[in-house]
Amino acid sequence: MTQSNTSAVDYNFNVVRQFTVMTVIWGIVGTLVGVLIAAQLIWPALNFDTPWLTYSRLRPLHTNAVIFAFGTSALFATSYYVVQRTSQVRLFGGKLAAFTFWGWQAVILSAIISLPLGYTSTKEYAELEWPIDILITIVWVSYAIVFFGTLIKRKVSHIYVANWFFGAFIITVAVLHIGNSMVIPIAGMKSYSIYPGAIDAMMQWWYGHNAVGFLLTAGFLGIMYYFVPKQAERPVYSYRLSIVHFWALVSLYIWAGPHHLHYTALPDWAQSVGMVMSIVLFLPSWGGMINGIMTLSGAWHKLRHDPILRFLIVSLSFYGMSTFEGPMMAIKSVNALSHYTDWTVGHVHSGALGWVAMVSIGAMYHLIPLLFNQGRMYSIRLINVHFWMHTAGIVLYIVAMWISGVMQGLMWRAVNTDGTLTYSFVESLTASYPFYFIRFLGGVLVVAGFILMAYNMFKTIGAKDGSLKAIETA
Amino acid sequence: MSSFWSIWVWVLTLGSLVAYVFLLRWCLKNFTGVKEGESMGHSFDGIEELNNPLPKWWSTFFLLTIIWAFGYIALYGLGGWSGLLGWKSSNQGILNIAESKAKTIENLAKDSGVLVQYDREVAQANEKYGPIFEAYAARTIEDLSTDSEALKVGQRLFIQNCAQCHGSDAHGTTGFPNLADKDWLYGGTPEKIKETIMHGRKASGMAAWSNVLGGESGVKEVAAYVISLSGRSVNPDLAKAGKEKFALCASCHGPDGQGSLALGLPMGAPNLSDNIWLYGGSQRAIEESIRNGRAGVMPPWKDILGEQKVHVISAYVYSLSQD
Repeated sequence: MTQSNTSAVDYNFNVVRQFTVMTVIWGIVGTLVGVLIAAQLIWPALNFDTPWLTYSRLRPLHTNAVIFAFGTSALFATSYYVVQRTSQVRLFGGKLAAFTFWGWQAVILSAIISLPLGYTSTKEYAELEWPIDILITIVWVSYAIVFFGTLIKRKVSHIYVANWFFGAFIITVAVLHIGNSMVIPIAGMKSYSIYPGAIDAMMQWWYGHNAVGFLLTAGFLGIMYYFVPKQAERPVYSYRLSIVHFWALVSLYIWAGPHHLHYTALPDWAQSVGMVMSIVLFLPSWGGMINGIMTLSGAWHKLRHDPILRFLIVSLSFYGMSTFEGPMMAIKSVNALSHYTDWTVGHVHSGALGWVAMVSIGAMYHLIPLLFNQGRMYSIRLINVHFWMHTAGIVLYIVAMWISGVMQGLMWRAVNTDGTLTYSFVESLTASYPFYFIRFLGGVLVVAGFILMAYNMFKTIGAKDGSLKAIETA
Repeated sequence: MSSFWSIWVWVLTLGSLVAYVFLLRWCLKNFTGVKEGESMGHSFDGIEELNNPLPKWWSTFFLLTIIWAFGYIALYGLGGWSGLLGWKSSNQGILNIAESKAKTIENLAKDSGVLVQYDREVAQANEKYGPIFEAYAARTIEDLSTDSEALKVGQRLFIQNCAQCHGSDAHGTTGFPNLADKDWLYGGTPEKIKETIMHGRKASGMAAWSNVLGGESGVKEVAAYVISLSGRSVNPDLAKAGKEKFALCASCHGPDGQGSLALGLPMGAPNLSDNIWLYGGSQRAIEESIRNGRAGVMPPWKDILGEQKVHVISAYVYSLSQD
């Protein structure tokens, strides 16, 4: 791990350390809830007849935990680290950075309490009720001040491409969150959206798809643009490619939301333009993958020895796969088959477990030794075991959902010679059970991998300073 | 949609697509002043960036998707303009099923139905499946109820449309009658069954009797009497007191609780003497029915399924109670 001679700068790594540790902890919590609800789909009795353990309340807890607790903690940790190192200045805002950590943990804690209690705005990925939404807004604006403040006082002339993506993600998530959370509160924990009917649905998916596009894509591309070249010790492949794909990606994503509302009351032209822009988005998405993977040219042999690089590069393969699958599923006639089936669930998880989680895990394994004064992680072998468990888990998950999703789509649309439907809904559900079980197994592997990671992390943190020496590779 | 918002959508969408073309053209040229393949010369925490050209297959493919986007938008419209094809997924501004059907018929008559995908699919389905159901409609329900092919069609329609309430086996559940026994609320003849499905039923409504019966004691007395009607043992004193008060119930349920159907009345009041209970036969459930009343609704299916399909479903339902 080469470090530039910037040790003179007194970086604020304390907040980075806090977010890094919590990323791993929330990774376990989020995926564990996921495995529980996956099990409930096979064995419904696992809700123990307890209201706050029912699928309907735990499902939003799972999505909020993985997106906002795990994923966003990873983004806080990496963006604070990257913006300092690539700007060569200490984080701006002093105690404000610490506030973003404690404030964000408070948001997560309120989610963990309020969602199982049944408080929900009913908007997907925006279920938290209005008082929590206000707290999110305050923390997020503070985040923006700390991040952009640091960029403004940077000691280098250019702004590094990773920071373009972090910056775009921070601004857009603020706009999306405020726009979609506009409500009229009627009680302490109850509110109604200010938007009517189809407009509300459009606002929701403008938000929903851009939560994917900015939080889970642009933000994580920021992670990729720093940690892939850093771990591979290679220059970024193409500066000009990063310009085209950045501007095209951040502007095109804004239109993609309506593809969640094909064949609904949304006006036809809005559905069409959602599909068109989703397809135009395909190549700009791949620009990031090309830039990441081609950065490895001349250093492919490193994949043989370095499981951290393996996490990062395989994450890009999953990114490429999901960003091909997404535009394809946005095509109306494909969507007619895939929508409302498990195919969508599989698609989301190839993005979430394959891209988002793997690039974060790789970045965390890179960061943890640096933040805790070690030359390497406690066990490289365990990183490798984690890599294979995680990869096997994802493959089981995605393949199971592809099969059950396509099967459900085909069963739902099958008609007899008299025009009546061939299968009842229950028949398609019964046919899905074997695949639900395979998905459950995949999830168990992912959680077990995260627990291994936590063990490795705490062993690294607990080791005597500098006692874990970097391994010199040929 | 107001013209302001149409223009807003047009400018933003088409303007962006045009901007991508310029962005692509700009970056295809080497504007950096650095030789291709060499480092840009800035280093961020030790990371350098190379000035490699855009992959040719990538930029070509990107340009093709943009060109395709213009074509698709021209055909299918944007921001309130419905495009050169004039295609629509469905008829707009429809408020109910009757309006929807009328609009489809009107569109198909003047041929513009081909532009509305919903109308077109309805027309195709009618053409393909219409003759099957026309043939069934020409036969009597009794006749169909012994035709195993017709019964299969009826069963499928039942499972897709009726099973949500009445169950896949038509045995019903609390509040939704069992259709496979011989106990009927509105009549089990083919004609009555069809009438029920076509036009729906709204139970005249079992009122909440608690106040009229003088509170909880009255409810318990009448409940005891009602339970005794199907031969179950009850506190005889309660039942005796209940029997006197039952006169209030007799106008719908009949003097002996035999139900409105047996009296030739149309309000759908259940037979209370056959030990079949629509809302549960436990003492608690019966008291609940008397105390707070009940009101069942069967929706009309005439507009949703059409008479011909209802005819076939009627045959299936009729067959369930024939031995």
